Amino acid sequence: MALAAIFVLAIIILLVTGLFFLRGVNGYLVETVQNKIDITAYFKADTVEGDILNVRQDLLAAAPEITSIEYVSREAALADFNERHKDNPTLARALSEVGDNPFLPALNIITTPTTGQYEKIAQILQQPQFSLFVQKVDFSQKKDTIETVFAITSNVNKFGIGAGILLVLVAILVVFNTIKLVVNASKEEIATQRIVGASSWFVRAPFIIEGALFGLIAFVICFTATFCFAYFLTGVSEIVMPGFSLFRYFITNIFVIILIQLGVGVGLGVVASFIVVRKYLKV
Amino acid sequence: MIQFQKVTKIYEPNITVLQDISFDVQSGEFVSIVGKSGAGKTTLLKMILGLEEPTYGSVFFNGHNISKMDSGGLQQIRRKIGAVYQDYKLLGNKTVYENVAYIMEAGGRDNEEIGREVPKVLEVIGLSEKVENFPDELSGGEQQRLAIARALVNYPDVIIADEPTGNLDPYNAYEVLSLLEKINRAGKTVILSTHDREIINKLGKRVITIENGRLIRDEAKGRFLI
Repeated sequence: MALAAIFVLAIIILLVTGLFFLRGVNGYLVETVQNKIDITAYFKADTVEGDILNVRQDLLAAAPEITSIEYVSREAALADFNERHKDNPTLARALSEVGDNPFLPALNIITTPTTGQYEKIAQILQQPQFSLFVQKVDFSQKKDTIETVFAITSNVNKFGIGAGILLVLVAILVVFNTIKLVVNASKEEIATQRIVGASSWFVRAPFIIEGALFGLIAFVICFTATFCFAYFLTGVSEIVMPGFSLFRYFITNIFVIILIQLGVGVGLGVVASFIVVRKYLKV
Repeated sequence: MIQFQKVTKIYEPNITVLQDISFDVQSGEFVSIVGKSGAGKTTLLKMILGLEEPTYGSVFFNGHNISKMDSGGLQQIRRKIGAVYQDYKLLGNKTVYENVAYIMEAGGRDNEEIGREVPKVLEVIGLSEKVENFPDELSGGEQQRLAIARALVNYPDVIIADEPTGNLDPYNAYEVLSLLEKINRAGKTVILSTHDREIINKLGKRVITIENGRLIRDEAKGRFLI
């Protein structure tokens, strides 16, 4: 019976820990989207750097949704292209046939991760003081990508949290019933204690301590399992989500994870014991 | 000490177990409650412990209305009552010593006192040789004596014994009865419920007779007359 209680508590702790990791993955995806270039404003080839930097300043002042703007000069764009395609001689040959540097100076604009900012910034760039220098604004493709990513993460998040909460609720009911079976085995003892005048807390205390111990053991099991999971699957996570290390996330949040697992395990064990014993105290 | 005032107990849907019962028990008395099986004796004793509530009327213990008491107050009263049952209600997974000791723990006694008092009580009750035995290793008489030891150990003011000789042979029954008389001589109030004619006639003490839920006789030196 004790093993069953520990097992069910461990399942709940793992579910809640799973939700915590899901939150981490979600945070990673949002951060990745946030750091993507939302909008690129290409300037006319003859625009001087000073004018472009002025536009940058004006844009930052005009639109608080903009988190950063990176200036990429024609030379930097060419150097970046050459670096990225250094292994592709066809592209290098095509570029040399063009002769001149074909790249335009640009501002890479990053906005806050809410949708609907693109039109506003595009409108600002169409104002006469900016349109004088701007050749074109490229945002439509990125907008679609970003919106798709948002839709996916939002749905995954909603489903994950919804399913997680449902499973946790079901598991809590199972914990209550398992602890009820544990307490039920001592029904006669409780009744006898009550008849001889034992106080409620005298009867309750051993069960509450037992519940806390179940939670503590479940915590130790789950913490070890989480450590192993994060340690051994971190390589896979980095392949699927470059830049996101499960083990680093685990280490960074180790105290929060301990708090969550210990809180859920011990807390639930204690609360379930407290509530279940109450029924048997009505003697 | 204990007062029943016009107590009626009706179980749903409409089974009257006790009807208009009134009597007093004074401190130090030995009162036998007699009646056939199902007459309502056990229900009556349960009311003193607050395990059953009267449908009408009141039960008082030292002036406190038991059914009006909160949980803490009721537990205080229960500590002043030692109960002995026909089926002993011993805990099978505890030894003789532990069965008595844990009652003292429940009564809030410290370990030193428990270590001192439990052997004394087991000595008085004649079980000092069996402290390490479990209840199912004892005879019926020994189990009932252990139940009496358990009822005595917290020095209650009242001992309630519900058919304590019901499962015992005549020899053990008289042994248990002698113990209850000894307890009474020590100044404790004893309330004994039984349907054993010989025991009642031998006692020659106060007898309250219940028939079909009604108190039909209350005699200072009664006999079993049903």
